[in-house]
Amino acid sequence: MRVKQISVFLENKSGQLADVGAVLAENNMNLRALSIADTKDYGILRVIVPDADGALEVLRTAGYTCKITDVLAVEIDDSPGGMARVLAVLSDAGISVEYAYAFISHKAGYAHMILRVSELEKTVDALAKAQIRTLEMNELLGK
Amino acid sequence: MWYDKNVELYREDVNPMERYYQPEIECAPVEKIKEWQNEKLVRQVRHVYDNVAYYRKLMEEKGVTPDDIRSTDDLYKLPFLTKADLRDAYPYGLLAKPLSDCVRIQSTSGTTGKRVVAFYTQKDVDLWEDCCARAIVAAGGTNEDVCQVCYGYGLFTGGPGLHGGSHKVGCLTLPMSSGNTQRQIQFMLDLQSTILCCTPSYAVYIGETLREMGYSKEDIHLKAGIFGAEPWTQEMRRDIENSLGIKAYDIYGLTETSGPGVSFECSEQTGMHINEDHFFAEIIDPETGEVLPEGSKGELVFTSLDKEAFPLLRYRTRDICVLSRKKCSCGRTHIKMSKPMGRSDDMMIIRGVNVFPSQIETVLLKQGYTSNYQIVVDRVGSTDTFDVYVEVTEEQFADTVRELTLREEELSGAMKLMLGINPKVHLVQPKSIARSEGKAVRVVDKRKLHD
Repeated sequence: MRVKQISVFLENKSGQLADVGAVLAENNMNLRALSIADTKDYGILRVIVPDADGALEVLRTAGYTCKITDVLAVEIDDSPGGMARVLAVLSDAGISVEYAYAFISHKAGYAHMILRVSELEKTVDALAKAQIRTLEMNELLGK
Repeated sequence: MWYDKNVELYREDVNPMERYYQPEIECAPVEKIKEWQNEKLVRQVRHVYDNVAYYRKLMEEKGVTPDDIRSTDDLYKLPFLTKADLRDAYPYGLLAKPLSDCVRIQSTSGTTGKRVVAFYTQKDVDLWEDCCARAIVAAGGTNEDVCQVCYGYGLFTGGPGLHGGSHKVGCLTLPMSSGNTQRQIQFMLDLQSTILCCTPSYAVYIGETLREMGYSKEDIHLKAGIFGAEPWTQEMRRDIENSLGIKAYDIYGLTETSGPGVSFECSEQTGMHINEDHFFAEIIDPETGEVLPEGSKGELVFTSLDKEAFPLLRYRTRDICVLSRKKCSCGRTHIKMSKPMGRSDDMMIIRGVNVFPSQIETVLLKQGYTSNYQIVVDRVGSTDTFDVYVEVTEEQFADTVRELTLREEELSGAMKLMLGINPKVHLVQPKSIARSEGKAVRVVDKRKLHD
């Protein structure tokens, strides 16, 4: 239901993303999903990896400022209106979305959406009532 | 005053083209000045020793008594005072007169933790205002002039000092204080101000605003400006002189010694004459404290010779400069100091405000950051830019831009509370701030303030 996401603070300089990528690669960490928020000065890299705690450790050791955040992974239909339906539920429940990103599922006909919301419990309830499935980490990884 | 009997005596030293506020003092022969200084110093050391327990203790620790000080040649025997002493002795520890004799306080830019409160008797105020009056007359001021004072009024010495000086000269004084630039220009136009007193950066800004408002230097009546309280360059001087159609004069001073007017520029503009009948200047090696001969570059140290309430002896200004007694074409005989060429400590003056890196550090630690930061100061146009780069910590890191922006704003706000001016805070990656020999480089000052 909750998925652990790693966020990494990166300065807006060339090569920063490549360096993080190299650290994860060296430690055999596969990226399931990725998104970047960027500002003039810095960016926040957000990734979903199978072993969040392990990734946090290697990134810390490499000197990065990073943290684990609980986010929601939601299964949506890979068809027009799939995302809109989920967001309408949240909107109706008065939940604001801090950020979101999505990617295609291994399961045909579906996509996954990662949501960072203000009130996690309330979101889970609202989605459950609307019969929208939230996913566990292993489902997200296609296991 | 002009026909004082002494003036007759010194007539030959006086330049007939030049105007003086107190020619009998400003153009006195050097031997006469030294005589005054010796007399005043002996009296002053006794006064301080008798009335300031804090300094008496410093003298006792150094094994020196007032009897050891017979002339300025003995000054080296006396202990120094530093900003730290002023902080330790805050607020009354260096006061040498009963409060009932004091009529005024002034204070430094309000930098918390390093605040200096200076006390003045009426005689001290008069002395200070005389010094400012000398500066105004040296810039060509007379009782025919309209003197617009746009230094800040209040605790800051800039406004009150030039205001008082302007009164003494008999100028029509416009007590504008700083800010509201359009109104400044309106008064300048309507009342035909002839002398402008403000910080050099504000003078540049006034010039820019004048242009933006569709006016030129032909529309105003300014002839001279007296600019100080922050470092400025020859380039800025030319810029100000061109945009306002004036001659720009430098003035120097510090709250600890009274305020602006400790020294001022004359028509020759090759340094500032120190009002050495009131303030004795020494140049020392900032490392060893050893007094250096005339012409050496070192830290400027001032001894107040006749201030009553707050008479600092051998106060270390931290300003690095050179003294020169070379004959000046203006006819004044008082020793000249160069524009300060830097500082011997880490204090910066940003937008006219004293900023110590330690203050930034205090804020960061309080807010849960490390002391890894870098201050970058630059000047764009006439305004100082003030950026603080802070290494982000895990505690302060958030996964949303909204929260991180909030953190930056919180830090900036806390620094504004501490300093009085607002830096732009940038969060950066840990270990990304340049280090020299393991220590983060705290300050990068890109302004070219010292020629």
